[in-house]
Amino acid sequence: MIAIIDYGVGNLFSLKSSFASLGIPAEVTSDPAKIRAADRLILPGVGAFGDAAEKLRESGLKELISEETRKGKPLLGICLGMQLLFDKSEEYGEHEGLGLIPGRVTAMRGRIPDSLKVPAMGWNALHFRKDSALFRYVEEGDCVYFVHSYSAVDCEADTVAVVEYGTDITAAVEKGSVYGCQFHPEKSGTVGLSILKAFSEL
Amino acid sequence: MITKRIIPCLDVRDGRVVKGVNFEGLRDVDSPVALADYYSRSGADELVFYDITASSDGRRIFTEILRETAKKVFIPLTVGGGINTVADFDRVLKSGADKVSVNSGAIKNPGLIEEAARLYGNQCVVLSVDVKRVGGEFRVFAKGGREDTGIEALSWIRRGVESGAGEIVLNSIDTDGVKQGFDLEMLRAVSEIVDVPVIASGGAGCIQDFITLFKTLPKVDAGLAASIFHFGEVKIRDLKEAMQKEEIPVRLMR
Repeated sequence: MIAIIDYGVGNLFSLKSSFASLGIPAEVTSDPAKIRAADRLILPGVGAFGDAAEKLRESGLKELISEETRKGKPLLGICLGMQLLFDKSEEYGEHEGLGLIPGRVTAMRGRIPDSLKVPAMGWNALHFRKDSALFRYVEEGDCVYFVHSYSAVDCEADTVAVVEYGTDITAAVEKGSVYGCQFHPEKSGTVGLSILKAFSEL
Repeated sequence: MITKRIIPCLDVRDGRVVKGVNFEGLRDVDSPVALADYYSRSGADELVFYDITASSDGRRIFTEILRETAKKVFIPLTVGGGINTVADFDRVLKSGADKVSVNSGAIKNPGLIEEAARLYGNQCVVLSVDVKRVGGEFRVFAKGGREDTGIEALSWIRRGVESGAGEIVLNSIDTDGVKQGFDLEMLRAVSEIVDVPVIASGGAGCIQDFITLFKTLPKVDAGLAASIFHFGEVKIRDLKEAMQKEEIPVRLMR
């Protein structure tokens, strides 16, 4: 069973539905017992980093997620959930993340040409930097769906894929059993579903 | 680079797609769920569901259709029509919408955009505007384009973005239904004053109209249309291949 961790951030309808359409058991939960019992974890998230990090800390889920990933349980962070995997974010002040992948999250504005819109919203093509089992069904140049204003930097060693948006933007990372997608696989059509399928097979 | 989006719009009433649909190989031609699935498989980048029911019973059916669609179709869904309060945002977001488009609701209650943006984020709030030229200025129309509000459109849109709208759908009443191309003059005026994505609506009649749109106005992010897709006059696959030939960034299905 896959546990989609519910910590009161964002809309989990599509994520839940995409696993259902794949016939993969997944449950939206904040129950520590269920999270411990699950064989894989998804950390979703939409919104502000600071609020989300605070909610994870307050609820004790931060410690629980770290504990479970130390055992080698696969974890996939999606969108803000990916950003939370890093050491820290500079979104409205400085906030500490889960520290599972070295790197930090900063505003794209200032790193990309002023003519490009932020939030970056839409489909962009993945360019792979290394092989990853998570992307075993995905081909170079396949498009996935993004909505974000911040992105991860100083994480080259663990970067699996980038997209081009004025400069290279971190799109996917992997370190041990911890995975992250800046894009929304649950909104990325058949390509996205194939990533969720691959995650269930890790 | 982020690709230009092609967006079919489905007007839904009493659980059915209103503008007629004529597809080979699609049996349940006016089922929103079947049509959404078909478009998703054809390469649509996003879908807009527009609720044109007036009754509360119709609203319940629409919400149910939305849920059914979101269980099957995994591309972004924008929902509009009858969005007057944050409770309406909540209802459609919980049923699978990713973005919510406000039109008359924002005219009646200008605070709606700000309130919704604060609760759900700017990326979630789409300001949809029906605009028509009146006496040498662009004017906002309400009630599906039937009523002149007297509001000047460019200042209205600018205010909407300042309040937190993360995207603009600009529907030109002057070109809507004419099938002679998008309203480039109006779109240019709007795309020059906002820095959020702009979706062009109204006037597309053929593939070339989309090519002209994106070539002439690189700041426009997406093209939206309804009946030309529903009647198969423009096939999304053909459209995207033509866009690629013209070196417009586009997402192709493999």
